[in-house]
Amino acid sequence: MNENILQTRQLGKRYGKRWAVRNLNLEVQCGDVFGFLGPNGAGKSTTIRMILSLIKPTTGETELFGYSLKSRRSDALRRVGGIVEKPDFYLYLSAYKNLEIIGALSGGAERKRILEVLDLVGLTSRATDRVKTYSHGMKQRLGIAQALLSNPELVILDEPTNGLDPQGMKEVRDLIVHLSSVQKKTIILSSHLLYEIELVANRMVIINNGELIVQGNVSKLLDEGEKYVVVQGHPRKKVESVLRLQKNIIEKYTVKEGMFEVRMDFTDIPELNKALVLAGVHVQALIPRRSLEDLFLSMTEHSNEARA
Amino acid sequence: MIRLIYYELIKIFLKKRTYLGFGIVLLIVPLVEVAMKLEGGRFLTMAMRGLSKDFLFFGNIFNGWFVAHQIMNSLWLHIPLLISFVAGDQLAGEATAGTYRLILIRPVSRTRIFISKYITTLIYTVIFVFFLAALSIGLALALLGRGDLIVLTRNILILPESEVAWRFLIAYLLATWTMITIASISFFFSSFVENAIGPIVATMGLLIVCTVITVMPVEMFEIPKKFLFTRYLDMWQKIFMDPIPWNEVKIGILYMGSWTLAAVLGAWSVFVKKDILS
Repeated sequence: MNENILQTRQLGKRYGKRWAVRNLNLEVQCGDVFGFLGPNGAGKSTTIRMILSLIKPTTGETELFGYSLKSRRSDALRRVGGIVEKPDFYLYLSAYKNLEIIGALSGGAERKRILEVLDLVGLTSRATDRVKTYSHGMKQRLGIAQALLSNPELVILDEPTNGLDPQGMKEVRDLIVHLSSVQKKTIILSSHLLYEIELVANRMVIINNGELIVQGNVSKLLDEGEKYVVVQGHPRKKVESVLRLQKNIIEKYTVKEGMFEVRMDFTDIPELNKALVLAGVHVQALIPRRSLEDLFLSMTEHSNEARA
Repeated sequence: MIRLIYYELIKIFLKKRTYLGFGIVLLIVPLVEVAMKLEGGRFLTMAMRGLSKDFLFFGNIFNGWFVAHQIMNSLWLHIPLLISFVAGDQLAGEATAGTYRLILIRPVSRTRIFISKYITTLIYTVIFVFFLAALSIGLALALLGRGDLIVLTRNILILPESEVAWRFLIAYLLATWTMITIASISFFFSSFVENAIGPIVATMGLLIVCTVITVMPVEMFEIPKKFLFTRYLDMWQKIFMDPIPWNEVKIGILYMGSWTLAAVLGAWSVFVKKDILS
């Protein structure tokens, strides 16, 4: 399962004097749900466009399934499906006809397969309607359907939940989990929503200003991040005195924006809660924070500081 | 490749703008021909006023062939505009719609996609020109009957009816050839831009500038005008001369062919290297 199915080496794209992506080395292994994180404008879409041969890199190269994109483009892309940014279609044609046309470019898609992917994304009943009558969410789902049409082993989804309502976002995330766990597809999921990656990805990369900041296993990266508990309660003086006294379980605490951020082991949360309650604190919340978001924010901040 | 062309044809012929040109032709040609039937006799009488003193004309000289020939003359500058509506949209339209992101990530080479789009453009151009031919000739003959063809240029030439049909056929083949050049130029402009209006404006702009240079009797234009495609844009008219100057026709075919080839190769080199940013 550790076969590299995507590898980029020193991949870079320059527009004029500005590097949109620089020296990017990515490795995606078979079976990964690979989170591709970065704030807006970090270079995620440019990278995906290079991987899918929509734009030519200024430097470096991409290999997909062992084939160089430069010299064996068709072989490299044969087992890949994807969405790049927002899903656009031939609006004057039906979803079915759109998929038929897209399928023809991958060697032809049978009616059965088209109906299968439409069913997978819940668009069977609207298959013959013109796409211009679709909502954004439906177009997004159709985008996923077209990415899956040729039954690819690698699915690249560029911000697939953009513009969706919470329910739509959940459906897409569930679909990604289904594709990975049931259909055994390798997935690259780009997003600027960190919790989204945290929810579905096993490996990830963070890029900022076109450069790789960190790459690795999501849980390992999470462990490397800072862990703390946000304590909300009143009266605040009592909270603080409890925190001061609980030196055996608390490393240190800070006050940030009126809330206490307590560095401690998450397993000691019940003990802290008990101490707070016994001290007469009305505990409103004890929130363990070990989010990739913090890691992401700190890393991107560091990267920006380094640049400055 | 046939499958790609088939789906490109579907894309073209299920698009409303494709029928704009057909609609305009369908409106104008019957309008002009009915008007000619009602009032057109006066036009011929005026044009031949001088001659009727010295010659006697027998038979139906204001006939369908005559009207079809007049339509071919008068409409010919507008047809490039209608052709470029579709040809100019072929590549730029995908960029505008954002659908390059759908089709160019597939395991099929850009060259194959380019060829299928270009062949589709050629098919549309041929269908459009022959639609114009069938409508204008068919309706004119139905309304005004047959007869010898009077060609009014600087002189008056009367072509016997037995020669008219094949001359029209060759004239329309040559017209198709020139319209393919126009379509190719539009296709070339289409490869650069990301909206379909640009190629239409650029094609018509180029056509107007080149036509002005071609027709202006200015010495400094003498050399450049030799290389302009507009020099042979109306080469089909030579088919209605007697004798037909085949040598000039051959040179015209080669000229237009060269422009077509240059436009297609130019479009191809842009298309295969183009970064898709839309």
